[in-house]
Amino acid sequence: MIEGAAWRRWVYFRLPLGFLVLWLLFPFYWMLITAVRPDGELYRPWNATNYTPFWTTNPTWAHVEYLFEETIFGTWMWNTMVIALASTAISLVCGVLAGYALSRLKFPFAGSLGTGIFITYLVPQTLLFIPLAEIIRNYRLGDTPWALILTYPTFLIPFCTWLMMGYFKAIPKELEECARIDGAARWQAMLYIVIPVALPGILSAGIFAFTLSWNEFIYALVFLSSPEQKTVPVGVVSELIRGDVFFWGPLMAGALLGSIPVAIVYSFFVEHYVAGLTGSVKG
Amino acid sequence: MTVSTAGTIRAAPQAPRSVPRRRLLEDERWLAFVLLVPTMVLLCLFIAYPFARGIILSVTDSRVGVPGTFVGAANFERIWNDGIFRQAVYNTFVYTGVTTVFKLGIGLWLALLLNRHFKGKAIVRAFILLPFIIPTVLSTFAWKWMFDPTFSVINWGLFQLGLIKRSINWLGDPDLAMFSIMVVNVWRGVPFFAISLLAGLQTISPELNEAAAIDGARPWQRFWHITWPLLLPVTMVVVLFSIIQTFADFQIVYVMTGGGPANATHLFATYAYQIGVGTGLLSQGAAISLAMFPILFLVVIVQLLYIRRVETR
Repeated sequence: MIEGAAWRRWVYFRLPLGFLVLWLLFPFYWMLITAVRPDGELYRPWNATNYTPFWTTNPTWAHVEYLFEETIFGTWMWNTMVIALASTAISLVCGVLAGYALSRLKFPFAGSLGTGIFITYLVPQTLLFIPLAEIIRNYRLGDTPWALILTYPTFLIPFCTWLMMGYFKAIPKELEECARIDGAARWQAMLYIVIPVALPGILSAGIFAFTLSWNEFIYALVFLSSPEQKTVPVGVVSELIRGDVFFWGPLMAGALLGSIPVAIVYSFFVEHYVAGLTGSVKG
Repeated sequence: MTVSTAGTIRAAPQAPRSVPRRRLLEDERWLAFVLLVPTMVLLCLFIAYPFARGIILSVTDSRVGVPGTFVGAANFERIWNDGIFRQAVYNTFVYTGVTTVFKLGIGLWLALLLNRHFKGKAIVRAFILLPFIIPTVLSTFAWKWMFDPTFSVINWGLFQLGLIKRSINWLGDPDLAMFSIMVVNVWRGVPFFAISLLAGLQTISPELNEAAAIDGARPWQRFWHITWPLLLPVTMVVVLFSIIQTFADFQIVYVMTGGGPANATHLFATYAYQIGVGTGLLSQGAAISLAMFPILFLVVIVQLLYIRRVETR
């Protein structure tokens, strides 16, 4: 609600918003245009007279073809998908159960356990990756998908638990008590009454967890070594840069294609994602 | 819907004595224990144990494949006297401080802009979250390509605007490289701030602002005396959360410069990676990582106290 002349609307609202949106989205446009630009145009210095940054007259699929023929990009996509889905599933099961226990049951040390889980939520991956790499090696999990499927839940479970606690707290106790009076066991009331009601929360937690594990980088970088085990972010980094030669076309094509699954999941569930995001900090 | 199914649930077993395990689960304490076991096992195995292991590593002289012997605080002494480590500590503080200020400023601005009614608001809101959703490593490559000294579209743009005469080597000069990295971090973090703060703004009743407007408060006064105080709890949590993430950041620096040129842009995490994984000096790398801990711990404590205070108010 900006009062006054039209120019005020432009200066205080449209221009700043337009500028910020442009800034936030331009790199994606740049990814797209680089991915379809032929090499001849790509490696033309910025001060060349025929430098046309924002469009290309002869778009090409060459970079995408390179990605699938010269690298095992498909395998990386598959690996990432399997790892993201598996670690999300594990985290959801653990997080929902733990969230239920911490928000709706009375037991000794409930408060300190909740605080403990909140603290692990704030532990960044970069704090522990070196000892964790050693442990992974000792368990003989190195260079297998299990190295990531089992370690990703360490940053996903605390988040899922935290988010689910918020959802569970909002469900009235009476709902459960009704079922108990009708003869349901404690765990049945949880499984058939409370958890279905919290389904939107579970969906939010799941989507957020999926995008987080799709994005994870440092564990995947340190725990995986053979090309056919890698995830998209690590595969792109390690196989499309040789020494200091960057294969920019395929790199950008890979960045674009590697982003599509999260973008799709996100586009279908924007509201749930936003709920997960804001829930993750509000608590 | 779910309530109606409640009545149809099979009744609990008639003879409780024959199924003592079921009865055990009727006790809230046992049920809680059972529900928490999977989480506790995973968190102990992959957070608590590595943490203890990291501390042990940092006081030995292990390398890859060589179990070390106890050396006390020698690793910490060595990194303390290491010029690159000191540079990395300095960088991390500057990086965290500067980017947090900008992320908060720009994020709040964007949140205030998005808190208005306009056509296409839902689409704009959905699109601006993209930098936060798309894998950071992949989008950072787009930035690295944009900052390429020879092919930079940014150089081209600045030249067309008449702001520069010669090529700028964005990632080749230590100060410029740090600046470029910060730009990317702010770019990635702004959507998170904007959307979280927007959620906070939406809980503020518009009537408060309208009442103040009727009383003659200027827009700036309304922001400072009404919006900002009400938004402060959300802002605090978002800022503390972001500080932790930024302080421990790895991906952006790893992709943009790898810590270069000449180790000038290392952060804790990238230097720990270079020493611990690149060079194979496991215990020294672990020591560098752990050196982050006191500061992270402090931030976590502040955050916990703050949440407590807000909850008990």
